[in-house]
Amino acid sequence: MSAPLVPIAVGVTGILWDTLALVVLFAALSTVVLSLVWLERKVLGRLQRRLGPTRTGPMGLLQPLADSLKLIIKEDILPASAEKSMFWLAPVIVVVPAFMIWVTIPAAQNAVVKNLDLGLLYITAFSVVGILGLVMAGWGSANKYAALGGLRAAAQLISYEIPVIMVVIGVAMLAQSLDLREIVGRQQPVPFVVLQPLGLVIFFIAGLAEVGRTPFDIYFAESEIVGGPFVEYSGAHWSVFFLAEYINTFAIAALTVLLFLGGWSGPLLSGAWAIVWFLLKVYAVILVIFWIRGTFPRLRVDQLMAFAWKVMAPMSFFVVVITAVYQFYNWPAWSLTLMSCAGLLVVAFLIYRRLSGPAKRVAQVKARQMALNQRRRAAAALAASGDQAAANVE
Amino acid sequence: MEMLLNMGPQHPSTHGVFRMVLWVDGEKIVDMEPHIGYLHRGSEKLCEGEQYHQVITLFDRMDYIANFNNELVYCMAVEKLMGLQVPERAEYVRVILCELNRIASHLLFVATMGLDAGAMTPSMFCFRGRERVQGLFEAVSGARMMHNYLRVGGLKEDLPDNFSEMVTDLIPLLREDIEESDKLLTFNEIFLARLKDVGAISVEDALDYGLTGPCLRACGLDYDLRKQEPYSVYDRFEFDVPVGLDGDSWDRHYVRVQEMYESLRIVEQAVAQMPGGSVTSSLGRRLIRPPAGEIYVRAENPRGEIGVYLVSDGTDRPYRVKVRPPSFCNLSAIRTMVQGAWVADAVVILGSLDIVLGEVDR
Repeated sequence: MSAPLVPIAVGVTGILWDTLALVVLFAALSTVVLSLVWLERKVLGRLQRRLGPTRTGPMGLLQPLADSLKLIIKEDILPASAEKSMFWLAPVIVVVPAFMIWVTIPAAQNAVVKNLDLGLLYITAFSVVGILGLVMAGWGSANKYAALGGLRAAAQLISYEIPVIMVVIGVAMLAQSLDLREIVGRQQPVPFVVLQPLGLVIFFIAGLAEVGRTPFDIYFAESEIVGGPFVEYSGAHWSVFFLAEYINTFAIAALTVLLFLGGWSGPLLSGAWAIVWFLLKVYAVILVIFWIRGTFPRLRVDQLMAFAWKVMAPMSFFVVVITAVYQFYNWPAWSLTLMSCAGLLVVAFLIYRRLSGPAKRVAQVKARQMALNQRRRAAAALAASGDQAAANVE
Repeated sequence: MEMLLNMGPQHPSTHGVFRMVLWVDGEKIVDMEPHIGYLHRGSEKLCEGEQYHQVITLFDRMDYIANFNNELVYCMAVEKLMGLQVPERAEYVRVILCELNRIASHLLFVATMGLDAGAMTPSMFCFRGRERVQGLFEAVSGARMMHNYLRVGGLKEDLPDNFSEMVTDLIPLLREDIEESDKLLTFNEIFLARLKDVGAISVEDALDYGLTGPCLRACGLDYDLRKQEPYSVYDRFEFDVPVGLDGDSWDRHYVRVQEMYESLRIVEQAVAQMPGGSVTSSLGRRLIRPPAGEIYVRAENPRGEIGVYLVSDGTDRPYRVKVRPPSFCNLSAIRTMVQGAWVADAVVILGSLDIVLGEVDR
């Protein structure tokens, strides 16, 4: 009699456990976002010789809490001409995939809500859904800046999805698996960054573009389109976009660590404690992202697209090809490193060529200036001697 | 997707209350119409109701980023009308303050240029330098902006005792600030990509539109009133006039950065040569009544050539004051520059013209 009840009971406890895990995940991610906000403001402050937040709590630690509280009690405004359903639905569509990705990202061998055999496929699939929300926000706001931002977001994110996916394929070929735990396991002696440095560079740059961090913050470029899709949002709904942005940033950093930097593996710590290594590595990557934000201006939209299709996409195909060749002929591991470094050199050469063009112009400007100054001094000397001559005559 | 895009007057990158109505095709700008006048206060008319010395405060509020330079050109106009001799010490102080103000103004330009292009760190470095200059100005005049320190025939009062030390201490710090933001921004790959060949204008067009100052020199024309028609004591200092090559946004940026170094050279020489003596003319603080007549005086402001046309009817108030503001004339070229550019370029081009709306609208 109890036989049919057992699976149901198992199912119920399973659901309960899953729910609990999701709640824990939500809480953990919210804490992470708060920490990121604080860290970003502090790091940017120090980069700019400011202090960053200092007043709320020790070292301004409570600043993000105060910020979120302020955002929640702010008035939520619906523009009169906005498409109501789209306008309210857009933040949800942006934030839900951001959380969904994290369901299958492991922070340590067993610290994962639901490990999937096709984890990488699931992640790449879900990361595209957020674009829809941005386009909806752009369209639903009935604002021209928002519309421009939405269009920019669609173009940018879809373009940069290609290099990301190609590099992910390269990694999957190396690990012979789409399971993230398996991928980390395969990096036990040497992380994939040694084998595939080009892959790391492409993934990181394209990842920055995917989450719209500087220098790719084009779809909400504040000095041009004043916030893009978010321009009409305020209060809690705006903070939802904000939340999604930071969760995505953290996800890109985490994926960089999992795919290339050996995940949670590191000396001394093992088991559940390995999560410390994971967090250390992820926060290190995050710091690099903030550092870039403090250094670079923003690209223009055509330059961004040109970069995606002329540099990133071909190089990412190159990554797949060299990985395939390496695996097919069973070459030694250093050959892949060599080929990858050759690819990096090509990128470096391209950048050097672009840099040396303006440098030549600068040299021209300087030469011209020197010539001008010399001419002026000669004229002044001539005038002075002329005066002298005139005085002598008199 | 063709549409009208209204940029400003409430937009973070229109440098005040400038308004551009852009006719865009997707991201490309087909045409643009500038709208000014949101900051019109009728300064020129107000000048007619004030006594000659009271007008100085109004000039402070025209180009409020370069207050000393504006005060100087007005004072020069009245002095020339009266045939007044300014004490040498006062001339040197004026040059020092004007050149420091030029640096402060250009630092603000570099800061906003960075922000317009999306880089926020250089702005912080620049503002630190500008803050130092303003600290000095406060020590001298009692105000960080709107100094009201220059007088017809000299200065309001003599400098603080340790002025020379303050300036000599300031110069290396300022040079450091300039270099820091310069290194971070000027040759940055992305910055070059954003500014090079954007908003280029030929020398002929620039002259036709009446561009002056760094905007004109960026086109390659060596034209600086401090050299061409030296006023005050500018002929006693050795400095170079930086010029660009292509007349694009990056050249306008580069010329300004180089000008800051030249200004530092002028300040160094001026402090070393500064004579003692009085800083007020024989006139003292009496009410002035210039003889009836008219005069046009021009000077090199950070933004370009400012001209003041002054008509006196012999009373204690000017009959008419007309200002030729450099920002206004520079702004007139924006339409041709922006046509065919990207929406993001409009922001950069406007930033590279470095307008001050207080001066455009008066």
